[in-house]
Amino acid sequence: MSSLGVYIELKEGKVKKTNLELLTLVHQNGQSATAIMFADDAGGYVEELGAYGVEQIIQITGLEGPNSYPEVRSGQLAEIIKEQGLSDFIGTHSAHGKDLLPRVAARLGAPLATDCIGVDFEQGVATKPMYAGKVIAQVKLTGRHRLYTMRPNTITPEKAAAGTTPKIKTVAATAGTPLSQIKEIVKGVAGRIDLTEAQIIVSGGRGMKDKENFKLLEEMADCLGAAVGASRAVGQTGKTVNPVLYIACGISGAIQHFAGMKTSKVIVAINKDPEAPIFKKADFGIVGDLFKVLPVLTEELKKVMKGD
Amino acid sequence: MNIYVCAKQVPDTETKIELADGKTVDESAVKKWIVNPYDEYAVEEAVQLKEKLGDDAQVIVVCLGPEKAAEAIRTTLAMGADRALHIVCDEYLDHHLIATALAGAIKNDGEYSVIFMGKQAIDDDSYQVHLRLAHLLGASGVTSVIDFEYGPEAVQVAREIDEGAQEKIELRLPVVLAVTRGINTPRYPPLPSIMKAKKKEIKKLTPADVGISEITNNEEIVGLALPTEKAAGKVVEGEAAETVPELVNFLSNEAKVL
Repeated sequence: MSSLGVYIELKEGKVKKTNLELLTLVHQNGQSATAIMFADDAGGYVEELGAYGVEQIIQITGLEGPNSYPEVRSGQLAEIIKEQGLSDFIGTHSAHGKDLLPRVAARLGAPLATDCIGVDFEQGVATKPMYAGKVIAQVKLTGRHRLYTMRPNTITPEKAAAGTTPKIKTVAATAGTPLSQIKEIVKGVAGRIDLTEAQIIVSGGRGMKDKENFKLLEEMADCLGAAVGASRAVGQTGKTVNPVLYIACGISGAIQHFAGMKTSKVIVAINKDPEAPIFKKADFGIVGDLFKVLPVLTEELKKVMKGD
Repeated sequence: MNIYVCAKQVPDTETKIELADGKTVDESAVKKWIVNPYDEYAVEEAVQLKEKLGDDAQVIVVCLGPEKAAEAIRTTLAMGADRALHIVCDEYLDHHLIATALAGAIKNDGEYSVIFMGKQAIDDDSYQVHLRLAHLLGASGVTSVIDFEYGPEAVQVAREIDEGAQEKIELRLPVVLAVTRGINTPRYPPLPSIMKAKKKEIKKLTPADVGISEITNNEEIVGLALPTEKAAGKVVEGEAAETVPELVNFLSNEAKVL
């Protein structure tokens, strides 16, 4: 039996892409995983998880839905990790993962490396940015159980060479003592993609001048299936993004902003100031007036995305 | 009522980080040390709560770090904290031990109901001490708090989650609250407060005083490197009708990201 556990986070009943990234990391390390999820009937996930080489699915029943009672959930996960003798347990560095895994680590008295961009399970060594990405650290974890959260979009999901048909094991949640109660979830802007997990981000800075002008970005984002960000929201709030493509519009490129988006695979900058620091970091830059460039760019992208 | 705040001293955000060797940051090259910005929000929130509750409340700062961290502690005292506990420790402690030390200091000090801290320290960016501390104190815990309202038995908070959404949560006391930017605007202490802070008590503690008799780390930094800088990209200038197709061609044929 595998001794490596992957926490599967469901969103609206679907396995999140970031989880497929975790499973890819596991099979690329030559290992197979036990997928652990809060679900009342994981039957529908067998095929998808099997394609990524999952050996076993453990479904914890009775707690499906939003992340209520994290104290209770973390207790369940800690019990399973102990009982299954899992040496390693990994989740996504999402809002949910960040809230859950430290609690599990605390219960186990186990080490945890957060926001990792690589893990060598055999050595128990995680690679993670520190000092807002100014330093890349190798952190070695030791002990009976080692925990990690992985930065989204670090790995391209790939199915395992040999698919499996994982067996489902059911664990009924036992009642714990909830210390907190979610009263309400207030949604953000409807239909927008989350920055942390976005593949493509279109981001606007001071050069956008007016909030109204963000419509130009939204239009471009819609045709790319991209998330829209503001330079203020990236970096300065400690928020890091890691998309495949980051399009910076009217952003000069302050150090904090750069720290928040520097791991983007491809950076495009559009700015009228040829001296803007962002151009030094960009893979492709256009010096020009945003309000002239953006409409043309959106039209051109529409053609490409349609496959014309 | 005791309101605790955990605060850490970190290099200033603008610091250019240099390495001493392949495993450690060169601290002598750090020109300016500050209170971790997220912890500053925590101090401010604690002081505001004290101001609301009146004289029965006091704010106690708990700081783990070397001797020089006392400067950061003075800043928090100038912001309005009443006294501080300084666990003086030069050695590297992993997150479990850090939480153990903080929990030990708080438990030994007195009754606790509300404990504030930042959601992350901007040096090791680890996002985990708060929830470990909550567990060790038998408290409820919550991170990324941007709104807080005190109640004698439970507190109401709003916390940021993905996609710009928020969860509104009620948590039982005692509670550890890890706050984020946006919850308040930390005050700049006026000169009289800075002078007054010099007289406030900083109680020094050793790791042994807070329950760490032996340092056994399960997390260890085995390597540090500065990220490699990317080669400069292409920058074009001209009419949108010319530059845009060039960009689109780059994205679809060279970078292959569309």
